[in-house]
Amino acid sequence: MSVSPRPPPPRSPGFLPRPGSRIPYGFAPCPSQIFEYNGSAVVAMVGKNCFAIASDRRLGVQLQTIATDFQRVFKIHDKLYIGLSGLATDAQTLYQRLVFRHKLYQLREERDMKPETFASLVSALLYEKRFGPYFCQPVIAGLGDDDVPFICTMDFIGAKELAKDFVVSGTASESLYGACESMYKPNMEPDELFETISQALSSSVDRDCLSGWGGYVLIVTPTEVREHVIKTRMD
Amino acid sequence: MTGSMDLPAKGGFSFDLCRRNNMLQKNGLKLPGFRKTGTTIVGLVFQDGVVLGADTRATEGPIVADKNCEKIHFMAPNIYCCGAGTAADTEAVTDMVSSQLQLHRYATGRESRVVTALTLLKSHLFRYQGHVSAALVLGGVDCTGPHLHTVYPHGSTDTLPFATMGSGSLAAMSVFESKYKEGLTREEGIQLVSDAICAGIFNDLGSGSNVDVCVITKGKTEYLRNHQLPNPRTYASSKGYSFTKGQTEVLSTKITPLKQKVEVTEGGDAMEE
Repeated sequence: MSVSPRPPPPRSPGFLPRPGSRIPYGFAPCPSQIFEYNGSAVVAMVGKNCFAIASDRRLGVQLQTIATDFQRVFKIHDKLYIGLSGLATDAQTLYQRLVFRHKLYQLREERDMKPETFASLVSALLYEKRFGPYFCQPVIAGLGDDDVPFICTMDFIGAKELAKDFVVSGTASESLYGACESMYKPNMEPDELFETISQALSSSVDRDCLSGWGGYVLIVTPTEVREHVIKTRMD
Repeated sequence: MTGSMDLPAKGGFSFDLCRRNNMLQKNGLKLPGFRKTGTTIVGLVFQDGVVLGADTRATEGPIVADKNCEKIHFMAPNIYCCGAGTAADTEAVTDMVSSQLQLHRYATGRESRVVTALTLLKSHLFRYQGHVSAALVLGGVDCTGPHLHTVYPHGSTDTLPFATMGSGSLAAMSVFESKYKEGLTREEGIQLVSDAICAGIFNDLGSGSNVDVCVITKGKTEYLRNHQLPNPRTYASSKGYSFTKGQTEVLSTKITPLKQKVEVTEGGDAMEE
């Protein structure tokens, strides 16, 4: 009679409390603020016939940093990107579902989705889960017809907010609002847009404990896509 | 989870994440706040039709998320609806009823009536017992005349000659109660609505920015987006910030040229048959 192999014992990461120990503040297995579990900062800005979308690179579990190369900005097609802030697991699941829907659309329509259509799709997907939502706030940025830049953000149940200048989301959003409001100028060229969005992102995440640890900036123009990893304070 | 990824859902709400969210809530999660439109929305009936008005601020807790959002939603060419409450709910419910009205117009071949929109809205909101938090001011002109209604999140409605909703409703109602009279002209109606919205903008913290007005009369609708801008941004410095190229420290760069999509047209002779 063969004995089935015993399943491996569950891994216990050091920060989870052992049974019977007192739980120190900040180490409870579930957070009271779900958006502050992983920490995130995403911002998108409009320039002259181009757009920029940037995010921080930290993945944390409350106050402990797990990774400093976490991807929050995902590509849907060449001229459409989505940044997902909030709970990291929901961000990845939502991204996978959106790519699935976009691929179905490509098969049926034989073309890429326009950014406005994609924003409506994301809004519908989030509102469908109105009473049991995904804890994600998307930032959508794309080049539409005639390469007119389009940006929008939503709250986690899909209320769209279109903007002509910049959109922000994440735990650092309050600082980002302030930084973008003062640093933004309309009709910036790609180089200047890159500098502006990078400075806005780095200064805002410096004032937020839960986001930061590097920045990822993407500039999209009608002819090329530039990805930069920028250096910020690593604390 | 088998099968749920195969086809997009056929509409309605989906409750699959509720179990996980309930578990999180038992472990101490407090559900975060949604974007609300802490708002002032108003409507009044004048001699030729209906005037609707709204402010343009969308809030997320104490932060202003959108300084110029649109709160007057299209329902039918002769019916518009202002929405207060949770932004996602007002947008979704007005979009849904607007689509249902259009299908109804195709089926009947007639202009939509305001009471049709009203009944669709109230029955949807009542079904969800107030959990779909949308407070609406619905106004329009149809073959039976001008109509103005308010719809509350639990599904009750009122039919009124002048109405206000939202966090700034008391400020706006005080203006209406003192200055409203029957048989207003178009200019008087627009002026009164703008005054009421301005009262909301300046006295209520949840409302702000600009005034949107929509005038609906028999056969004609005018949407005056940003009719008044009483809060211009005058403090911004004209020079702004300028960053020199190379100011940001870059660790790595990757440049991908985008392929130009080339259209190939078949030229030449048609096939011989």
